Amino acid sequence: MNRLFFQPHQAGLSKVEAAEHTLRNINPDVTFETHNYNITTMENFTHFMDRISHGGLEEGKPVDLVLSCVDNFEARMAINTACNELGQIWMESGVSENAVSGHIQLIIPGETACFACAPPLVVAANIDEKTLKREGVCAASLPTTMGVVAGLLVQNVLKYLLQFGTVSYYLGYNAMQDFFPSMAMKANPQCNDRYCRRQQEEYKKKEAERPKVEVVQEEEEVVVHEDNEWGIEVVSEVTDAELQAASGTAPDLPEGITVAYTIPAETAASGETVEETEQSLEELMAQMRKL
Amino acid sequence: MADDATRRAVSQIPLLKTHAGPRDRSLWPLRLKEEYQALIKFVEQNKEADNDWFRLESNADGTRWTGTCWFIHDLLRYEFRLEFDVPVTYPDTAPEVAVPELDGKTAKMYRGGKICLTEHFAPLWARNAPRFGLAHLMALGLGPWLAVEVPDLISKGLVVHKEGQRETAE
Repeated sequence: MNRLFFQPHQAGLSKVEAAEHTLRNINPDVTFETHNYNITTMENFTHFMDRISHGGLEEGKPVDLVLSCVDNFEARMAINTACNELGQIWMESGVSENAVSGHIQLIIPGETACFACAPPLVVAANIDEKTLKREGVCAASLPTTMGVVAGLLVQNVLKYLLQFGTVSYYLGYNAMQDFFPSMAMKANPQCNDRYCRRQQEEYKKKEAERPKVEVVQEEEEVVVHEDNEWGIEVVSEVTDAELQAASGTAPDLPEGITVAYTIPAETAASGETVEETEQSLEELMAQMRKL
Repeated sequence: MADDATRRAVSQIPLLKTHAGPRDRSLWPLRLKEEYQALIKFVEQNKEADNDWFRLESNADGTRWTGTCWFIHDLLRYEFRLEFDVPVTYPDTAPEVAVPELDGKTAKMYRGGKICLTEHFAPLWARNAPRFGLAHLMALGLGPWLAVEVPDLISKGLVVHKEGQRETAE
């Protein structure tokens, strides 16, 4: 995510500047605020925390969500520290050093695992590392992997903000085998980060105080009108018999995939066909014109 | 991990006791003292082993460190300035050591001269935090990096010896 916006004519600009220019051209109605600094230093970190807590859509309010698209462990830890302290919900994303796997992760301080709760997670590659690693070369870079992860991240953000679908707590992407493992990880009560531990306490307190909501089976009420002067009935456009005749066998598909429609094996000849004719094409055309 | 010599050197560096980073107003000064104690010990050990190879000092609050490191190759002494900031997440994450003069001369380096350490370093640091300190960073991070990169840079002609730094072997 952090380098996908660069275009050749932007050489010399910082990544955030190039990102702002490219994005502004795509949608000028978005508000941007850019800062280009190392968030792990003492002075910048204070400013960073301040912007999270006061840089919302309405200045002075906190932001709604933080998306981490940085490319190193230290920066992620710094973001984690800030969000734990501020109780800020955020999503972390990343692509592996060999560029053939990536992941997104939703972190709710106190509720889910924070970034420091466990050692860094690795999406299993199931490949012979020797085919990828070359001496003297540090890291690979595949914008395609990054594009996929960026898409997954933003999709998760939309689901979270607009409340549809299932928001993934952790979604991995194994590019070599096209495998997408997903899971959720609880917070670690022995996390190194004391703010994470504190957030866990607060979360437990809140959960205990919440009134138990009983799950009620909603019965769908059959709509009954008081009178039906005209005897209106609702029927299907197609009768059951017709539906049977029109369906063929559905192919054997794994879970999650189905066909849009089926075609029966035997097409019953149910109408008249055109007759044999001696007329030529030109004669038929002339006949048409005379009509 | 690194070779036996490095392992031996590291095992002799005293471990640190206080788990505090620069944002910890009450405990950071204590940690800073421990850092200096370990660094002084390490430099003394190096001198005794005839392998004195760096000096470091910090600003008043211990958040920014600068110094020099040197490397002897073919009887010649090569000197480089080094610097780093202590990150807010220290000591759980290690500082990123930079050798600005070598910026751009090797692939084992990030923009601004931050040295790229092997993939062994991060797990090793994570397993030993917070007992590892800046002295360990020097011994396990910068030391091995110089040992690999400097001879290579010299042989490629990217690092040239400055006049007046000739040093003969004892």
